[in-house]
Amino acid sequence: MAINLTVNGRAQTVDASPDTPLLWVLRDVMNLVGTKYGCGIGQCGACTVHLGGQPVRSCLTPLGSAANAQITTIEGLSPDGNHPLQIAWKEIDVPQCGYCQSGQIMAAAALLVKHPKPTDADIDAAMNGNVCRCGTYTRVREAIHKAAAGAGKEVA
Amino acid sequence: MQVSRRSFLRVTALAGGGFALAFGGSKASAQQGQQAQPTLAPGSFIKIAPDGTVTLVSRNPEIGQGIRNMLPMLIAEELEVDWKSVKVEQADLDAKYGNQFTGGSRAASNNWIPMRQMGAAGKQMLIAAAAKNWSVPENECYASHGRVYHRSTDRSLGYGELATAAAQMPVPDLKTLKLKEQKDYRIIGQWTPGVDVPKIITGQPSFGMDFTMPGMLYATYQKCPVFGGKVVTANLDEVKAMPGVKHAFIIESQVKLGPVLDGEPGREGGVAIVADTWWQAQTARKKLNVKWDEGPGASQSSAEFASKAAQISKEKPAKVLRNAGDIENGLKSSNKQLEAAYEYPFISHAPLEPRNSSALYKDGKMEIWTTSQTPGSGRALVAKSLGMKEDDITLHLLRAGGSFGRGLNNDFVVDVATIAKQVGVLVKLIWSREDDMTHDYYRPGGFHYLKGGVDTNGKIIAWSNHFVSYGDGEKYSPAAAIAPTEFPSGFVPNFQIGSTMMPLQVRTGALRAPGANSQCFVFQSFIDELAHAAGKDPVEFRLQLLGEPHKEMVAAAAKPKVENEPGSKPSDAKHESYDVERMRGALQMVAEKSGWGKRNLPKGTAMGVAFHYSFQGYFAHVAEVTVLAGNKIKVNKIWVVGDVGSQIVNPSGAQAQVQGGVIDGLSEMMNQQITLAQGRVEQTNYDKHGLLRIKQAPQIEVHFLATDHPPTGLGEPALPPVIPAVCNAIFAASGQRIRTLPLVKSGFSWA
Ligand code: FES
Ligand code: FES
Repeated sequence: MAINLTVNGRAQTVDASPDTPLLWVLRDVMNLVGTKYGCGIGQCGACTVHLGGQPVRSCLTPLGSAANAQITTIEGLSPDGNHPLQIAWKEIDVPQCGYCQSGQIMAAAALLVKHPKPTDADIDAAMNGNVCRCGTYTRVREAIHKAAAGAGKEVA
Repeated sequence: MQVSRRSFLRVTALAGGGFALAFGGSKASAQQGQQAQPTLAPGSFIKIAPDGTVTLVSRNPEIGQGIRNMLPMLIAEELEVDWKSVKVEQADLDAKYGNQFTGGSRAASNNWIPMRQMGAAGKQMLIAAAAKNWSVPENECYASHGRVYHRSTDRSLGYGELATAAAQMPVPDLKTLKLKEQKDYRIIGQWTPGVDVPKIITGQPSFGMDFTMPGMLYATYQKCPVFGGKVVTANLDEVKAMPGVKHAFIIESQVKLGPVLDGEPGREGGVAIVADTWWQAQTARKKLNVKWDEGPGASQSSAEFASKAAQISKEKPAKVLRNAGDIENGLKSSNKQLEAAYEYPFISHAPLEPRNSSALYKDGKMEIWTTSQTPGSGRALVAKSLGMKEDDITLHLLRAGGSFGRGLNNDFVVDVATIAKQVGVLVKLIWSREDDMTHDYYRPGGFHYLKGGVDTNGKIIAWSNHFVSYGDGEKYSPAAAIAPTEFPSGFVPNFQIGSTMMPLQVRTGALRAPGANSQCFVFQSFIDELAHAAGKDPVEFRLQLLGEPHKEMVAAAAKPKVENEPGSKPSDAKHESYDVERMRGALQMVAEKSGWGKRNLPKGTAMGVAFHYSFQGYFAHVAEVTVLAGNKIKVNKIWVVGDVGSQIVNPSGAQAQVQGGVIDGLSEMMNQQITLAQGRVEQTNYDKHGLLRIKQAPQIEVHFLATDHPPTGLGEPALPPVIPAVCNAIFAASGQRIRTLPLVKSGFSWA
């Protein structure tokens, strides 16, 4: 079944069953592999993308429900990898294995839209659905604060 | 390792100019070696292009521990190039790189000398090329920031200009190379962000899971829920009729069962489904109906193992591992005597990236893209399983989304190769999270029945431990052994340790800090019990136990299977000395940094301490914990002091490994357990085998204590003391002694 959706600003038509999770459409059909599979049941957040500006778990989002929606993935977060979060992430050197990190960044980006200057409690609330098996939480927190404080503005 | 004296350097000219420098050993010398090690053939660690681009090769698998920074940083330091001008390339599996495993926290110690020698030799040859060009003696020249200078005339040439000529220069003898002094380091010791970070944070393909090529098919593999089971029948025709499905077939089991399983007991049987997309394969799998012959494993249950262990505890150990002094008399003459039963569960590695690999079989050759930690063993296993020659199998190493020891075993590599051989086109096998959690090589559970006694001075004079583990006769299940010399063995005058094993039909293996990750909890908790019984301060009590500085020989905690470097004897890896002075140093420093005994804490909040030596690292931790009503736990802060020798190579990576080890330990402590019922693993996803979340992550303060010893690794040794430090703090805060993991079993939860 052909379904229209807009991914990272590009209108696309996908021929797949409407119950296919958006995650697998992004990865295996569109070759956007930045969005990760970790659990498939909404437990880990590795698959986080923005749907209409809201962070969602793409492993639990059927393609059909994303029809005609605006989707942003890590690949489309910024044109050149210079989103304040990406700059802060580099400076703080957040990733260990890195597998959870696109999900972390997408969740953090949605947080900063809502709370440009988040407190630790805001961060905990917004980021609690994103697990990091390697334990980068200290640096995730630090990098979000840094991005919020305008890290890298001058760099960008 | 020390590069063997027989090793030498070779150079090869790069196509298109420039040079490549590699080190290798001759065929003859390798054969003289004690064990015939694979012959090292020429290869390249350093490539310098005529335009000056410097590419350094990282030989070990990257599993998130920062190896792709550390190894090239060592080379770059001695080569005298600027880090920002360096490109890093991942080596494929190839004998020319020596051994290429990641495990046992060995990367720093194994590479510290040889990788710096590579850089120094490269620099030497570039200097020689420049000197020849200027017709001046080499000792009038020096290298700096990617250029060679002539001291008196200030002439200089860039490495790119010199590369082609340098390739013709004689290769220096490694022995004569003078390595830089610590005070002159410009790269080693600098905070250096991960080389793959720019790709990772923009979502560029980075991991095994991300590998893709046009025309690739996707596979899923249904195995028997009971380990060692076999397919009797399956409705393959129905599955093949599902949308997108290209193949569905039965794979025969090659599992060898027995009272003790081998490290790699053989390929599991099941049904493979291959489709255009993974989701189609998974959807078809829901229609799959398999009749299994579950085999003898189906009768196992965790409850039964626990009651069997309790029964065994009443008897004498089947094997006495060490007996020092007179344990009966020691206990009898103690002023205070304690008895305690400790237990910890099986747990799963559960790296965030589920097992996956890709493979192409064509014209009798196999090409594999994988995240194995032991690719050499992986290739051998594939060859054995499929009846192929190792020479016909190529392995490419891709970044792993975590591993923690899971990738030491290569079952997933065999799986994908088996499927690829059958379908003859490029195929990517992805295990679902459920497959990953239910077909692991689990950290084995265990039971310890302890007795201890302290004398009137508050000194431990007796310690006995009946360890009930898994295995049969003389052989433990993989990673289920205990070293008879493990601390406090050698520190207590009347000491006994014995073990009894229970046969097990489930795979076990090394999880980050194997052995130590469970035993440290038991020993540092029981030491705490004895400290409180003696009425002593837990830090003072531990310092007294350690005694005056001396060296005690201990066998390192059960090690993951690692391949030795050519020239090293297998015995080299087995014994390490326990340096009391270093352990005391870490413990004293963590007490000082945490304000041990000096801080006024509110009621319900307290501190706990623990230390451990494992994988060549000395670590001491203090935890500050609040226990709230309803046994809700909040870990406020953890202080860590680690002594891993004279030099931290990359402070960012080092700190990250410690922070990660702490978080990992907290996950294991609170939530993680794998249980069996009717031979099946009951936990199938993160909802039942939980990871710590950001809300629960404490502050972590990390210090490294530099001592005059060669640098050693950080992947593992920071983990073990976390669990007992927190459990000891829980006792201090609430009076509740934790003897069973995970804490959820006893009604605790995170605040
Ligand atoms: S993969 Fe979607 S939440 Fe884990
Ligand atoms: S960096 Fe490895 S899971 Fe987060």
